[in-house]
Amino acid sequence: MTALLEARHLTVHYRTPTATLRALEDVSFTLADSEVLGIVGESGCGKSTLGRAVLRLTEPTAGEILFRGQDLLALSGAALRLARRDMQIVFQDPFGALNPRHRVSTLIGEPLTIHGLPNREQRVAELLDLVGLPPDSGRRYIHEFSGGQRQRIAIARALALSPKLLVADEPVSALDVSIQSQIINLIADLKRRLGLAMLFISHDLSVVRHVSQRIAVLYLGRIVEIGPAADLFDRPAHPYTQALLSAVPQPPGAPKRERILLEGDLPDPTNPPPGCAFAARCRHAMPGCTATRPDLIRRATPHGPRETACHLYEPA
Amino acid sequence: MNILDIQGLTLATSQAALVEDVSFTLAPGEMLALVGESGCGKSVTALAIMRLLAPAIRRTAGAIRFDGTDLAGLDDEAMRRLRGHRIGMIFQEPMTSLNPVFTIGEQIAEPLRLHLHLSPKQALARAAELLDLVGLPTPTSQLARYPHQLSGGQRQRVMIAAALACEPRLLIADEPTTALDVTVQAQILALIDRLRRQLDMACLLITHDLGVVAEYCDRAAVMYAGRIVETGPAADVFATPRHRYTAALVRTMPARNPPGEVLPAIPGQVPPPGQRGQGCPFQPRCDAPMLHCAERPALAGAPHPVACWNPAA
Repeated sequence: MTALLEARHLTVHYRTPTATLRALEDVSFTLADSEVLGIVGESGCGKSTLGRAVLRLTEPTAGEILFRGQDLLALSGAALRLARRDMQIVFQDPFGALNPRHRVSTLIGEPLTIHGLPNREQRVAELLDLVGLPPDSGRRYIHEFSGGQRQRIAIARALALSPKLLVADEPVSALDVSIQSQIINLIADLKRRLGLAMLFISHDLSVVRHVSQRIAVLYLGRIVEIGPAADLFDRPAHPYTQALLSAVPQPPGAPKRERILLEGDLPDPTNPPPGCAFAARCRHAMPGCTATRPDLIRRATPHGPRETACHLYEPA
Repeated sequence: MNILDIQGLTLATSQAALVEDVSFTLAPGEMLALVGESGCGKSVTALAIMRLLAPAIRRTAGAIRFDGTDLAGLDDEAMRRLRGHRIGMIFQEPMTSLNPVFTIGEQIAEPLRLHLHLSPKQALARAAELLDLVGLPTPTSQLARYPHQLSGGQRQRVMIAAALACEPRLLIADEPTTALDVTVQAQILALIDRLRRQLDMACLLITHDLGVVAEYCDRAAVMYAGRIVETGPAADVFATPRHRYTAALVRTMPARNPPGEVLPAIPGQVPPPGQRGQGCPFQPRCDAPMLHCAERPALAGAPHPVACWNPAA
């Protein structure tokens, strides 16, 4: 089976006059139809860059992006525009992403206009219904809506062209707890009904765990671990994944677990250390860790393949 | 004796009440969480304690006593002497709270010079000690750096160092870790927790994160639509929530639900000030409303007080 999306050695460098910021280095993964891949990691790990790069909203420095086997980086102009119908994005802040001067019907219908698709009014009505907004919402402006409703509008706009892939970049992070669940439920429901594949980017691990089948953990621009969500959460192998999971406050009533407190900060992405980027903060660091970078090593688990980039797991 | 004693606090604009009849106390060394969603009144309550309310917001009833003194009775100069000295405060966004044109050494030293009248040299030496206390590496060389040269977690440590400079009796922390990554959040909360025990400092933690409350706080007060609806030992409030709102919040957490299942969401949204009605403000979203709910319930009862006619436990 061909994957819906395949990233091969995807690399993004941002150049400034004095330095090169290595936002994403050699990231490879596949995403199947209707699959949700969660992308987790801390600020500056490259997760938003990854989401933008697969849509070519940020131009990759190197690597390949195959969408249904077609190399997106080889496309331009009309062909790229056509391919983008199938891939859309939802951002964290819907108020920043939606033009406040346009009526909601214009905002949701704009992708249809741009791509010259018919039956705009009917489709907008369908979309409002799909995301659970009242039919008269189309006549109103974005400032008349609450944060959760605005995110519904942003989702409706992203779904207007019936994409196959949705990149959701922190879609619920700006919402209150009680509203967050409503939007998580909406996204999960849409995924089921429309068979959407998703890259679900979030710093909130419990949200990612809830919606994803597989999870990739990023550290300083590289995938350090990727595997089935349940397995990765229950048995994190990479010391960084272990520390990250242990830092999440436990839900009330849950048994306390050992907390691995990380010292220090992320290394400077304009001057990444040789070897494993996590070595300086790792409690299992060995002499070789600062010298050679570990490759992602694949192991079979009962839930599917898991890849971990850590010298601890290299066969002797 | 309680270091902070708030009774019947009501805050209002000319149009509507924002906070109504809020009462709580805080003992030395104790950590109390004010928990709730946007607009529930938790931050404005904290600002009222510091007497930093926007001009349009007035305290229309109630009293705030700090270490036995009614804060309403203090003149501006006396209040200024309290802030940053005996009451420390840290906010969500350290970048906007730190002054970008002063070094962090100068900013930590400022309260020491102002309140404790240390010489510039003494103040900088003490600032280095404080940076060491909050776990910033090589504190002396950090003193000359500017806020933009630090990471988010480092800036929040600087904020904490400045807030703790004069060893306050009360620390008010308004969403101190909301803008930070989980690993940094764990570092900062562990730090606040250690320092409050070490310095016997009372701590008012304002947050929307129930996991944080359950893990670090002694007591919790859950706010909804401007009122405290449930209060008690943090462990009890979340293990056996009594208010239907608290129970629904705990139930809806993704971590409490099997992955992929529909989350038991709370329908609707929080009513804005001025549209909170005469009865229980949560009644329109409640899963177990009764006729009685048209009348406002008082915060009362055992094992811990709840403002609900039909408690979940």
